[in-house]
Amino acid sequence: MKHIINVLVENKPGVLARISGLFSARGFNIESLAVGETENPDTSRMTLVVEGDDRILEQVTKQLHKLIDVIKVADFVGEKPITRELLLVKVSLTKGTKPQILQIVNSFPEARIADVGEKTITIEIVGEEDRIKTILDLLRPLGLKTLSRTGRIALPRGSK
Amino acid sequence: MAKMIGAKILVESLIREKVEVIFGISGGAILPVFDVLYDAPIRFILTRHEQGAAHMADGYARATGRVGVCMATSGPGATNLTTGIATAHMDSIPIVAITGQVPTYLVGNDAFQEADVTGITRPITKHNFLVKDVKDLARTVKEAFHIASTGRPGPVLIDLPKDVQIKETEAEFPREVEIRGYKPTYFGHPGQIKKAVQMISKATRPVIYAGGGVIISGASKELIQLVEKTSIPVATTLMALGAFPENSPLSLGMLGMHGTEYANYAIMDCDLIIAIGARFDDRVTGSLDKFAPEAKIIHIDIDPSAIAKNVQVDIPIVGDVKNVLRELNKIVKKPAISGWLKQIGEWKKNHPLTYKRNGKLKPQYVVEKIYEVTKGEAIIATEVGQNQMWAAQYYQYTKPRTFLSSGGLGTMGYGFPASIGAKVGCPDRMVFDIAGDGSFQMNIQELATCVHNKIPVKVAIMNNGYLGLVRQWQELFYKKRYSAVSLAGNPDFVKVAEAYGAVGIKVEKEEEVVPALKKAISIDKPVVLDFLIEPEENVFPMVPAGAPLTEMLRGLA
Repeated sequence: MKHIINVLVENKPGVLARISGLFSARGFNIESLAVGETENPDTSRMTLVVEGDDRILEQVTKQLHKLIDVIKVADFVGEKPITRELLLVKVSLTKGTKPQILQIVNSFPEARIADVGEKTITIEIVGEEDRIKTILDLLRPLGLKTLSRTGRIALPRGSK
Repeated sequence: MAKMIGAKILVESLIREKVEVIFGISGGAILPVFDVLYDAPIRFILTRHEQGAAHMADGYARATGRVGVCMATSGPGATNLTTGIATAHMDSIPIVAITGQVPTYLVGNDAFQEADVTGITRPITKHNFLVKDVKDLARTVKEAFHIASTGRPGPVLIDLPKDVQIKETEAEFPREVEIRGYKPTYFGHPGQIKKAVQMISKATRPVIYAGGGVIISGASKELIQLVEKTSIPVATTLMALGAFPENSPLSLGMLGMHGTEYANYAIMDCDLIIAIGARFDDRVTGSLDKFAPEAKIIHIDIDPSAIAKNVQVDIPIVGDVKNVLRELNKIVKKPAISGWLKQIGEWKKNHPLTYKRNGKLKPQYVVEKIYEVTKGEAIIATEVGQNQMWAAQYYQYTKPRTFLSSGGLGTMGYGFPASIGAKVGCPDRMVFDIAGDGSFQMNIQELATCVHNKIPVKVAIMNNGYLGLVRQWQELFYKKRYSAVSLAGNPDFVKVAEAYGAVGIKVEKEEEVVPALKKAISIDKPVVLDFLIEPEENVFPMVPAGAPLTEMLRGLA
């Protein structure tokens, strides 16, 4: 099962290596990882998306908690947190495809144009996983050239 | 406030942590610290290899319960410590390792004797620090000792670049530290403890499975009280030998791969396991699928990640073993288990731990005689392999911190330096290293350390000319194809001992054992006893790796 895990950590060197080490030692691939300062500059929040056996991931979560630099761990298992991811997508630009690309961008509030070049157009997409997937599926046949994504970030819903 | 250089702040901090001894070796990147140590009130024991230093700090910590300290220079000095650090990590032993590092402006430049030591030791330490600013140093040392010795203890490494050692600053020594991501749970949840009491009162075939956490937590007294109140029999792991007196009728001795038959029968047949400071290691459980099929499990441990790691647990209790047992003992009720105790009595009678005497020199006999001659009062360190298992099986441990052995990592070469560290920490105790001829040679150079520093440990080599436990596996599971296990080419250990200035005694016959042991004890010097034992003697009982605990191989069947 896919797990979204939020880890609140000390904003210090070496912390990322400690955390990724717990996954790599078990041969788990981290699907995505996003890190940034929180409201408190001494603290960073990491959001990891990992696919793996539930029991092993529960064990990893406990071991994350054991790390001295880790302040809090939340695995959003069985919950639907708010998630967002930012993508930059370069698509080939030809006379024939331009209207189609613009139509896709206009039909999805998650997408907007970030840059236009002679031969390519760069689209920025911010949204949830399934919406992003839909937009990418539509863009792909038009000549998707380069894709860069930040990885998901997540927060619980409501006032939690 | 006085200005001090980093090296001075480090040593001052160590004095404030009441460090009385450091084991280690100097080198270029840590010279400023050694210059300060020159007139510091801390004993420094110069070892002959950094691995020896780490094991000595570990043996000191296991025997005394205090934090052991080892020190090395950058690069190879630090990498040589790593086996000892990993050993301490696997067995939750509090040591602080201090390593010199190349100056901060050279870090990452492939400088002379540079290694990424915090990187290398990240998975084998409880925590580690690279100190880049001298202003952080005093607090870092305080945090290192706090982290090493509290919660589930473990090794902590401080990597200290040379320029930080000589940089001056106003020294401020914190009295307390507050680490927001580190708050171990010391007290068990009262509701969970109540549930455990109920489950215990209903059990008809309960067993206590005690692990190293009982010793680390200092909870032997509480464990004995629990047994006095409930009459529940106790099986211990290798790490817990001495946590519960083995001369008690309710002791089942050690369980697991080389455990007693009755301990393994009891754990497999029980309806309740009370696991205390233990972690259901594969050497203890055998095949997990077939482990204790009818048992409910209460698991007490300070480390939440140790609970439900290998087995499903019915009542987890996170907390310090000593605190939890105290609360449990206040309300625990005695279950009705007379039938169960009768059954266990029969197993004990019918399947005792035993070996065949045939006139040749048997290692089990040697260990029994070490027990008798030392009246069970010695601290026993072991190497790893057959010697370790015989030492575990045939010496009766009755007090905690008397059996020092690398359980988790299984480090050959551990016992001899660990015995030196133990003797330094407990100079009034008799300390033996029960060794193998293979293991002893992995840190034999420390003979110089103990002779020079007048640390009179006794080494009893179970010399069979083999890497014995590997040979045993090859005999039993690889059709006696003895691949690379013969130690032909061994030196004459008596002469080696004498060359170092220690005393060597060769023992070839049963009747020579006791006089040799008595002589060794009477000499106030390091003594190496070379017991030429029957070469192909095996350790039994034995559960083959991955088999259920009931499928024991017996030597006498």
